[in-house]
Amino acid sequence: MQTRRQKLKESYLLYSFKRDKVAMVSFAILVILLFAALFAPLLAPYNPYDPTVIDIMDAELPPSWMEEGESRFFLGTDIQGRDLVSTMLYGLRISVLIGIGAVILQAVIGIGVGLTAGYLGGKIDAVLMRIADVQLSFSTLMVAIIVSAIVQLSFGVGRYEQLAVPILIVIIGIAEWPQYARTVRASVLGEKNKEYVEAARVIGLDSKRIMFSHILPNTLSPVLVISTVQVANAVMSEAALSFLGLGMPVSKPSIGSLIDAGFEYIFSGAWWITLFPAVLLIIFILVINLLGDWLRDVLNPKLYKG
Amino acid sequence: MSLLEVKNLEVSFALRHGDLVALNDVSFTLNKRERLGVVGESGAGKSVTGFAVINLISKPGRISKGEVLFDGERLDQFSEQEMRTIRGNRISMIFQDPMMTLNPVLTVGTQMVETLRAHRNISVKEAQKIAIRKLGLVHIPSPERRLRQYPHEFSGGMRQRIIIAIALLTEPAIIIADEPTTALDVTIQAEIMDLLIELCNSQDMGLMLITHDLGVVAEVTERVMVMYAGKVIETAKTADLVATPMHPYTRGLINALPGHGVCDTDNRLQQIPGTMPNLTEIAPGCSFHPRCDRCQDICKYTVPELQKVVGNTDRFVSCHFPGEGQEW
Repeated sequence: MQTRRQKLKESYLLYSFKRDKVAMVSFAILVILLFAALFAPLLAPYNPYDPTVIDIMDAELPPSWMEEGESRFFLGTDIQGRDLVSTMLYGLRISVLIGIGAVILQAVIGIGVGLTAGYLGGKIDAVLMRIADVQLSFSTLMVAIIVSAIVQLSFGVGRYEQLAVPILIVIIGIAEWPQYARTVRASVLGEKNKEYVEAARVIGLDSKRIMFSHILPNTLSPVLVISTVQVANAVMSEAALSFLGLGMPVSKPSIGSLIDAGFEYIFSGAWWITLFPAVLLIIFILVINLLGDWLRDVLNPKLYKG
Repeated sequence: MSLLEVKNLEVSFALRHGDLVALNDVSFTLNKRERLGVVGESGAGKSVTGFAVINLISKPGRISKGEVLFDGERLDQFSEQEMRTIRGNRISMIFQDPMMTLNPVLTVGTQMVETLRAHRNISVKEAQKIAIRKLGLVHIPSPERRLRQYPHEFSGGMRQRIIIAIALLTEPAIIIADEPTTALDVTIQAEIMDLLIELCNSQDMGLMLITHDLGVVAEVTERVMVMYAGKVIETAKTADLVATPMHPYTRGLINALPGHGVCDTDNRLQQIPGTMPNLTEIAPGCSFHPRCDRCQDICKYTVPELQKVVGNTDRFVSCHFPGEGQEW
């Protein structure tokens, strides 16, 4: 009997991964970034959330290799005197947290709706998919503006700063679930007429069981592929919202709010505050998308790269 | 009382232009340990008969008339929930293509355990034990190891055995086999059929074998029912039917078998001219008359009744001019 490890060793997934340099490099970078985000408190030289270590006299120091730079701050400091490396690491952590949280929420809602709509069909399908259409016709930004305005009004700005992460997760999750619902529904429509579904009904299984334990596993490969893209999208959405001042507050900056914070000073010469977080964001999004592309090619052998 | 008794069953599909009658006045019985063959061309209503028995006609179809009595209970009046306790439990069904009927992403063991646990209140461990025993029953070597494998790791014949093992899990009273060997090659076909006969005897089951292959029916079944355009046109003991087909359609089917009677190596195979009519445009009178070489005026206007054949209590035929054919 093969162990799981042997099976993985012999799998096509690993085979194609080893032969795809882009995938390998992307994966390595992604792992490093995720690792850095996860262990930010251990890796970062300073704690940007701790006001006692921040000195306003250190504000706007350029990176250490420049003339006015100080060796204490490798990539320089932002306008409040926070070390940029530390702030970026903590920011990445928040961005990743929001991105993954939002995608989990999207997946839970979207898969549930997509499975139900696709399998049951008829009126239920029509109603659920129209709701999805309505949801898609609101832009993420609009939902975010309305919700954050309501929350800030009802809880006060101070409270909002504490609730910002879960609120952003909910906003982005709700704005994008129709992507999942549509993808899942499309593959359910393809699967539900296959004979194994008929056989499961003949065996006497109920609809819920057929949906979740028979059809769902067969629709997972497109779900996996869009999940990668959706994480990238969610991080982007969060960055965009933060850039517009609707996302994370400056006291707890995500990558997006860092870019925003530095943007005002870019013409006064402090280019590094915006540039480094922006580069980090671009690299992060890029490697996720490249990995997603690779995954799509592997999981869908019919897509032939000519 | 018979184990399964189907009385005057009518299944119709509600289409835009009105009802399409897919099964018309079908009656038959099946006893314990009996093997019944259902024969006919594609679209004759064989599979619909099978699905009607387990009350699983997909919409827009429905059982519009008649009764399905299983163990004295009216299955056609059961609710969906009640039917789930029958399907896969008391009555199992086996399909044509073993490549398609197993879920490709679940191991064989998972699928077997799930089936058992849907009907019995037992632990996974116990379910696995039963699954292993049933895999042994269908002659699958080293069943413990096989439980952990996925369907793609099996050959076609093995998969059909596994499907049969799944059907056997709950010790059903009846197995409905819908063309179980059509997708397999001939040597495997013989193995599977032998297995089905063996299991019917050892497990006390009734078998309803749906097929278009009279050769298989002749080997496996004890009674046979020939269907044409949604109707039963002849039913008899298999030996009688093969030896002396009374309906011209049955005779045509038998003559179309290679190596049978009228056909030797020099002659071409005989075929029944034409095709079965589309159910939406059935001609009045006997539905077979446009293809029949005995067709007279009466056949074009009057529908023949399914009548007892003189001199044989267990034989029915629906034809105005039944007989062995030589005199026609």
